[in-house]
Amino acid sequence: MPYWPATPLNSTACKPEQKLNRAQSPQGADVDHVFNDEQRMLRDSVRRLVSQRYSFEQRRAIVASEAGWSPEIWAEFAEMGLLALPFAEQDGGMGGGALETLIVMEALGRGIVVEPYLPTVVMAGGLLRHCGNDELKARLIPGIAEGRQRHAFAYTEPRSRFNPANVSTRARREGGGYRLDGYKSVVYGAPMADGLFVTARTAGGELDRQGISVFYVDARAPGVSRRDFRTIDGMRASEVQLSGVAVGGDALLGPADQGLALIERVLDESAAAVCAEAAGAMMVLNDKTLEYTRTRVAFGQTLSAFQVIQHRLVDLRVACEYGNAVALMAALKLDSAPAERARAVSAAKAMLGRDSRYVGQTAIQLHGAIGMTDDLDIGHYFKRLTAIGWQFGNADHHLRRFWSHFRGTEARALSKEAA
Amino acid sequence: MMEFELADLTSEERAFRDEVRLFFEDNLTPEMRRAGRMITWAFSEFEYGRRWQKILHQRGWGAPYWPVEYGGTGWTPRQHYIYEMESMRASPPSVMNMGKTLCAPCIMEFGTPEQKQEFLPRMLAGEDWWAQGYSEPGSGSDLASLRLSAVSDGDHYVLNGSKIWTTYAHHANRIFCLTRTSSEGRKQAGITFLLADMNTPGIQVRPLINIAGDHEFNQVFFTDVRVPKSRRLGEENQGWKVARHLLKYEHSGGGRMSGELRRRVALVTDIASQESDGNGGLLIDDPDFSRQLAEVAMALEAIEFANLQVLQAMKKGEAPPPSIPLLRIRSRELGQRITELGMDAIAHYAAPFQPQARAVDNPEPAIGPEDGVIATPLYLSQRASTIAGGTPDIQHNNVARALLGL
Repeated sequence: MPYWPATPLNSTACKPEQKLNRAQSPQGADVDHVFNDEQRMLRDSVRRLVSQRYSFEQRRAIVASEAGWSPEIWAEFAEMGLLALPFAEQDGGMGGGALETLIVMEALGRGIVVEPYLPTVVMAGGLLRHCGNDELKARLIPGIAEGRQRHAFAYTEPRSRFNPANVSTRARREGGGYRLDGYKSVVYGAPMADGLFVTARTAGGELDRQGISVFYVDARAPGVSRRDFRTIDGMRASEVQLSGVAVGGDALLGPADQGLALIERVLDESAAAVCAEAAGAMMVLNDKTLEYTRTRVAFGQTLSAFQVIQHRLVDLRVACEYGNAVALMAALKLDSAPAERARAVSAAKAMLGRDSRYVGQTAIQLHGAIGMTDDLDIGHYFKRLTAIGWQFGNADHHLRRFWSHFRGTEARALSKEAA
Repeated sequence: MMEFELADLTSEERAFRDEVRLFFEDNLTPEMRRAGRMITWAFSEFEYGRRWQKILHQRGWGAPYWPVEYGGTGWTPRQHYIYEMESMRASPPSVMNMGKTLCAPCIMEFGTPEQKQEFLPRMLAGEDWWAQGYSEPGSGSDLASLRLSAVSDGDHYVLNGSKIWTTYAHHANRIFCLTRTSSEGRKQAGITFLLADMNTPGIQVRPLINIAGDHEFNQVFFTDVRVPKSRRLGEENQGWKVARHLLKYEHSGGGRMSGELRRRVALVTDIASQESDGNGGLLIDDPDFSRQLAEVAMALEAIEFANLQVLQAMKKGEAPPPSIPLLRIRSRELGQRITELGMDAIAHYAAPFQPQARAVDNPEPAIGPEDGVIATPLYLSQRASTIAGGTPDIQHNNVARALLGL
């Protein structure tokens, strides 16, 4: 006997027949021209997978499961080639580039997918792709591409905030290898990871940009301990303690002491990836909010008939269109020179950081109290967008980073032109 | 954190302040203070609020702003303000208050002598806990469209329908409800105000978990619930008039609101004073962050001052002035803005979902800064503060009509 009557909570929500004609929904229509036929096929098939296999109810069950991710879905990712996507063909990959990752992440954002694609394929995958340690690549890429292994990137520390050069974890030379000691915080994907990519200081002081190296650490190595937890956006993460963890010399990803360039490149790729994810999630919130306001009646008319609501719906759509555009801008600059890459990614992340907050908040506001409930998907999209807001640096951080690059180049050029 | 004192306290007022301060010091246990700090939506964990209400009642402060004849204190507006400010400093549990702040004024105004005698003393003593049965699944900001039906049957009404977003209804033993007794004429004309017992057969409470993972709201279902006509407040079909009286009071309480906002600013300041800026300094010294914190602190001081002016202007027993909704619009948005900064302050540590770390009893060790455990849930929960009690859009409409004459 249930404690309460089985009336569906969202009985006043949208009726299926009044759903938007999806063809009229932008879904990134304005950026569509940059994709070739293969990329459109990829987009359609990932979106289909997400919509068919990752409904809100299915996602809820995965989030509530003990593991917090779905081996079945992961196997389907592998089957579709998504896990091999960004790796070079000679490494056993599909040779995809930044646009392919954008396409996948946007589709994952539409379903607020909690599978550890970002930490495994984008972050760990990025470190491997760019690191130049061929032995490690040969050892790890097949496991990722075939769906056998997952990894996480442990680069944040309690005092590091958004500065990846702020590293206290130390790696001391010992014999032919290293011994790692330190503490990494809020490492997304660590609970289900087979391996951890760890930033550590091999020289210099806590804030020096030189002297940072990246190591691959077996997640089950002696001395690695974790406190696993759920995150507000339905994912899993860990606090990771490294106590005298011994690794071989071959665990070093790039040149010793010079790891920051690699780290920054991968973090830019990751930031661009969550920009795409945010763009997908924002578009869903936009569509759902539009649908809801078209059906919810107050004061004798639908909410969407009120001008003040219409203006806000337009603002939502504007934010989504910009979101699509800046996510694409960031993706297209990922292989540019570091300064140009950083500028584009920071511009995108700063703008999306603000716009995604606005879209999430407005979606809840326009849904009213029902948007505040755990039962409805709206709040879960909102929470993922909230977390994306600070992942890889919040809007303030990226605004400043953008300016540090902009002032040195464009600003001067602009002022010369004006003169 | 800024220290705010009423200018030119008289010696009596100073003595009063010291008395209040001492009372809080003597009576608040560390657990109670923690319960006061760990509020994300409106109230502390119920049990701590219940205990605190009993202590307040013993001191004669169970409902300070009630008229003296019903057990109020008879303080001046300035004394009330002093009390609120001291309360903010001491962080007592926030007591579930729909009964004493929302329902009681209506009972005082419209209740029969028997109703007053039956309900008011028990509210004051923390023996009765009232839920507010207003919103319905199809009637939120457009409250007058409510449909919970109350059909006359001899000396009873028979209720069918449901109420939603009833904060802490799972702790309530009574509920005051707006019901539909007639569908003739204007929708406001067929509403009746009823006082029901939660244990009446046919009432079921369904928990609604909010996006912070907390159980604050409920949906309350009524299936052939029989409420005696002696439990009607005011006349049949005159419930809207009663409700309007109540809404006036729901929209006041500026002092309590600004006290709560001040506590949030203090929380952000505390966090930022300990957290790293990532570059070897403290976040509180980061120019971007401190500028944003300064903006909310400044706006808060302005709101406090404006509230104080309202308070000073209000003569005892008079309705709050019509400008109160204006202050309320701003203070709610400001309240939300502060919670954004709290979340920004802890950066990655905003991510962990750790409700057990903010429990009052036997909390789990925090992941990240101890002060930060409440930052994200506060941000999430407070999204509802611009929804509950009418959205800003409704407030704007009301102000446009009532104040600007549009």
